[in-house]
Amino acid sequence: MSTLKHLLSAADLSRDAAINLLDIAETMSGVNDREIKKLPTLRGKTVVNLFFEDSTRTRISFELAAKRLSADVINFSAKGSSVSKGESLKDTAQTLEAMGADGVVIRHSASGAAYTLAHSGWINGAIVNAGDGTHEHPTQALLDAFTIRRRLHGGAASGKALDGVKVAIVGDVLHSRVARSNLLLLNTLGAEVHLVAPPTLLPADASGWNAQIHYDLDAMLHTVKPDAVMMLRVQLERMNAAYFPSEREYARVWGFNAERLSLLGEKALLMHPGPMNRGLEISAAAADSPNSTVLEQVANGVSVRMAVLFNLLSGERSIDNV
Amino acid sequence: MSKFLLKNVSLLGDAATDVLIEGEHIIAVGGDAAAQGASAEIIDCTGLIAVPGLVDLHTHLREPGFEASETVLTGTRSAAAGGFTAVHAMANTSPVADTAGVVEQVWSLGLAAGFADVVPVGAVTVGLEGKQLAELAAMADSRAQVRVFSDDGKCVSDPLLMRRALEYVKAFDGVVAQHSQEPRLTEGAQMNEGVVSAELGLAGWPAVAEESIIARDVLLAEHVGSRLHVCHLSTAGSVEIVRWAKARGINVTAEVTPHHLLLTDELARSYDAVYKVNPPLRTQADVLALREALIDGTIDIIATDHAPHPDESKDCEWNAAAFGMLGLEVAASVAYDVLIGSGASNWQRFAEVLSYNPAQIGRLSQQGQPIEVGSTANLALIDPTKRRDAVSIESKSSNNPYVGLTVGGEVVHTIYRGYPTKLNGKVAAEGRSLGNSKNLARTASKAGK
Repeated sequence: MSTLKHLLSAADLSRDAAINLLDIAETMSGVNDREIKKLPTLRGKTVVNLFFEDSTRTRISFELAAKRLSADVINFSAKGSSVSKGESLKDTAQTLEAMGADGVVIRHSASGAAYTLAHSGWINGAIVNAGDGTHEHPTQALLDAFTIRRRLHGGAASGKALDGVKVAIVGDVLHSRVARSNLLLLNTLGAEVHLVAPPTLLPADASGWNAQIHYDLDAMLHTVKPDAVMMLRVQLERMNAAYFPSEREYARVWGFNAERLSLLGEKALLMHPGPMNRGLEISAAAADSPNSTVLEQVANGVSVRMAVLFNLLSGERSIDNV
Repeated sequence: MSKFLLKNVSLLGDAATDVLIEGEHIIAVGGDAAAQGASAEIIDCTGLIAVPGLVDLHTHLREPGFEASETVLTGTRSAAAGGFTAVHAMANTSPVADTAGVVEQVWSLGLAAGFADVVPVGAVTVGLEGKQLAELAAMADSRAQVRVFSDDGKCVSDPLLMRRALEYVKAFDGVVAQHSQEPRLTEGAQMNEGVVSAELGLAGWPAVAEESIIARDVLLAEHVGSRLHVCHLSTAGSVEIVRWAKARGINVTAEVTPHHLLLTDELARSYDAVYKVNPPLRTQADVLALREALIDGTIDIIATDHAPHPDESKDCEWNAAAFGMLGLEVAASVAYDVLIGSGASNWQRFAEVLSYNPAQIGRLSQQGQPIEVGSTANLALIDPTKRRDAVSIESKSSNNPYVGLTVGGEVVHTIYRGYPTKLNGKVAAEGRSLGNSKNLARTASKAGK
């Protein structure tokens, strides 16, 4: 049943493939609730976490996912490795290939690095994009979709898409790989996507994007009444590049605070990919509210990444044997 | 003295005739040629179109300093393969071509190679740093007789410095060839800013960063009454500004590269850095506007911006890769497809944009001449019927973005100062010997439109 060779972009997933992955993740989630949280599925397989960029959260999530499937895991981080001495992506990839990596989870600061790795011929293993520059982060989109589906449908989530679900993505869309992957996957699953951001933090030409664009967060909350709001992390260095005038102004106009929380439906999700800048894009009251799904997203991330690794690396074995 | 008779050759698409070359010059055309050519070596040109030897105003030969990418020898062999008999060597070498010493070195390397006239371009500012004018007059007065000055790769973005450069080069009939790129608007830029960059998450290089500099520069050129040349114009908006400037009588010329006439930013979807170039590949609407402008005369020339890079500079993630692509061996074919194959224009225009006009802008007296008795024997002979793979063989580098494409118009022979640098599709083993090559004077060209 493994049809994917790599997971590079949320656009790699058809509707059926996406639902299938989310369903596998449901099963994996059951494993994560067991006392012994481990499956033998990937025993003897080697997964390399190739992180050219610091991201402890994403790395340990993938590491846990691979370990729960009994794979051998190697963490290869740019810091203290040959990469920091100027070794190229090509040489690193070929080194991993020579060591027999079955799967490579790559995080890189350059957009397209995962695509380049997968299409270069440098390496034969399955490539999972764990975030490439300002391009994509497909497993984040999957875990977000999983989280929304679960909140909406509870135990009856399996097999369902997100048709008609209204999702607002708020913040630094321009530089966000989370936003790009979510936009693609949410469209695939039938959701209605709204982007809210200061005009400086939207692409100059977003006409290719299937989403409605808003500059006014309050007006969007009033008129759209979204089922889920995703707050994006704001990098503070953006302020110095004149994307917005000050932290205070950003928080006031585009941050999610207690007042805006009151505009949110009782069942609506307030999401954040983490790590949060409390007081900037999200206030403590909002982050700790019942609407917040921040910790569920973290937990679901492990299940979704188990599903992805299982799908890419398990060969002919079927989920039914788990 | 060597003697060649080009038999049954069509001059710019006219009825077949003969051309007799002796030494460096054309000595007879038509019936006279056959009559006087009894002892000449015959080159059968049946079915071939003769155009004046192509002149590239924008070539990166990489020597001195970056010989891993290209040398004057390999670069001019590549030029000969593409039908060129003169190339302007850009100044961004190491050391930068910002002194008389460096431009003379490049000039003499070209002479020694013997595959094309190598015409050094001088840097506008010391070290291309945009801070202080280089010694422009010293370069102009050197043996290399530099007339074209450019900080190509970098923009002379300081408006005062640009004004002074434009004024100063008037003293020796020079021209400033501007790489139009507003630096602040393109910090970290990776590709054309638009629909594709939004999707790919690559930092955008907006059209306005080019257009705003061109607009400023044409106004500066008007104000100081000088000559401006716009390098590798890439957007529909730039075309409109140049059209406006010409209508106003401003002394501006503009070039377009083969790749901007053919390729678009959609290619970046492969994240293959062979498509990474500066200015970046734009949209199909831009390509069409550039083609139209080339045909109607708004754009004066095709220049290759041949920019060789070693594999390791391209075989990596997009952000880490170098900007630039090869062009010398494919330019004539792209021009053929755009002007002739399309039916939109003619061989006269082909000769203008690839020979007469660039020679005129560079003030080369012995290039870009009409094919007639007395002209220096610089010729390219093109088979218009043949379609071929767009390969690049002679360059030392392989960053050829046309791989996999089929193009028209194959250069079969190239005659450089009476010497066949390419014959029957093969580049000569040796360049033309030094002999009587001292006379490369570049006083105002009488050739032209």
